[in-house]
Amino acid sequence: MADMRVTIAGVEFANPIIAASGTFGFGREYMEFYPLSTLGGISCKGITLKERAGNPPPRIAETPSGMLNAVGLQNPGVDYFIKHDLPWLKTQGTKIIANIAGNTQEEYCEMAEKLSDTDVDMIELNISCPNVEQGGVQFGTSCASVGGITAAVRKHCKKPLMVKLSPNVADIAEIAQAAEEAGADALSMINTLTGMRIDIRTRRPVIRNNTGGLSGPAILPVAVRMIWQAASRVKIPIVGMGGISKWEDAVELMLAGASALQVGTAFFLNPYAPVDILKGLADYLDQNNMASVTELTGKIQAW
Amino acid sequence: MKYEVRQCRILEKQELAKGMFSFVVEAGELADMAQPGQFANILVPGKTLRRPISICDIDAVNHTLRFVLEIRGEGTRILAGFGPGETMDLLAPLGHGFELGDTNRKALFVGGGIGTPPLLNPAKAFGKNATVALGFRNRDAAILTEEFQQAGCKVLVATDDGSLGHHGLVTECLKDVEADIIFACGPMPMLRALCKIAEERGIPCQISLEERMACGIGACLGCACKVNRREENGEISQTYGHVCKDGPVFDYRNIAF
Repeated sequence: MADMRVTIAGVEFANPIIAASGTFGFGREYMEFYPLSTLGGISCKGITLKERAGNPPPRIAETPSGMLNAVGLQNPGVDYFIKHDLPWLKTQGTKIIANIAGNTQEEYCEMAEKLSDTDVDMIELNISCPNVEQGGVQFGTSCASVGGITAAVRKHCKKPLMVKLSPNVADIAEIAQAAEEAGADALSMINTLTGMRIDIRTRRPVIRNNTGGLSGPAILPVAVRMIWQAASRVKIPIVGMGGISKWEDAVELMLAGASALQVGTAFFLNPYAPVDILKGLADYLDQNNMASVTELTGKIQAW
Repeated sequence: MKYEVRQCRILEKQELAKGMFSFVVEAGELADMAQPGQFANILVPGKTLRRPISICDIDAVNHTLRFVLEIRGEGTRILAGFGPGETMDLLAPLGHGFELGDTNRKALFVGGGIGTPPLLNPAKAFGKNATVALGFRNRDAAILTEEFQQAGCKVLVATDDGSLGHHGLVTECLKDVEADIIFACGPMPMLRALCKIAEERGIPCQISLEERMACGIGACLGCACKVNRREENGEISQTYGHVCKDGPVFDYRNIAF
């Protein structure tokens, strides 16, 4: 069987499949299905400096081949995470990525500092959450703001720093480059696309927040395109995500330029999605006589 | 907490009322694990999200589970098209169900429309000690009334148009009903009225909620509902709990209506 290990920003993952932030909680619920060491890593639910209650319901709506969510970063806060979730997660035999979101640049820096003193493996800078009033995606949509916050957090962050990019931008390659130049060790992309549904009977938006983040198979082609464009511009590794639900999707994102992958919405339909994807990916590598999954990255033959 | 994904063969299908379908499925160990008031998150072919459907009845001897669903949208329409011999992909049993306690007590079960099915299994446990009050739009939408009667329960029915039973709200039929505990599932105005009744009588009341849901197991935090939380200093604050894990059945005092 092919070697499934990948190294991202100096962190070695046993395989390239990572649980995407916000879909997997802090892992406990999925232990009923398989050991968490099945996964290369877990990007934990996005955490903020202080506890957040999140948005009022409804937070969820199904859409054609996808779903909208506006959970609004409900989480117990960084101190609780460090005390109650992280020590346990670190015993599960998988790499742990802390996903952080702030209202202000100072909050991002303070969290990065706190987490730098823990044994978390990597920090993922969430500057792409579309569902909060302050912070979130407003940091992620211009080169100046992406570069500014990445550089500021970089100064306080002793861990490998991965910046999670928003697809709600005009030129993703330019944004990717801004993050790289400001000191990002890796990029993860794409976060959700902002979307909306309206109930035609009540004339109310289905989601209480009016708008939400679109995820699921519907956004896969957008992810493929954006990863391809970003990968052609930056040297740092890209962790690809956006609508992966089967192994073929995983291969596609790696060919487009991803070095590892995050799986999210697919868990809701099939809790075993990472197991199935890993098996299909390994078979594909064997059939194509590839010794390592790393050989797939960027092997697109573009027209 | 224990749940799993299982392919369950459909043994029986029945249309109880227009657009309301009952399915009995071969559920193996899921039937042994299931508690009244829990639910299954059922895969809908071609859809991104499963659909949460409450467990209507549990047969631990024959290892079957029963579900009653109403066609509300595309997902439930697809599920309603399943037939005997086909398999449903269930993620179950999920959530916190009804806590029955002493079944020698007098229990009042109150259901509104599609909120009726999850009451069948727990009402059976109380048998003749149960009064079951059910509200429907009209006579044609009434479901499961005979099954509650067969279990020995006293059944009261109310309809919006008066075509069956009391003409009006189900909560208007409860004044003379003796009860030590209330179990309920249905629309929010009905649940609010019941909480007031429970408060006035000083009796416990467990209510089952629904919300749009994704993972079904407490990971994605999608199915939020406002709940009361007791802080360390004894003060009560409000926060969001989750219907899939903290519920679907809640002590009424913990829900912040």
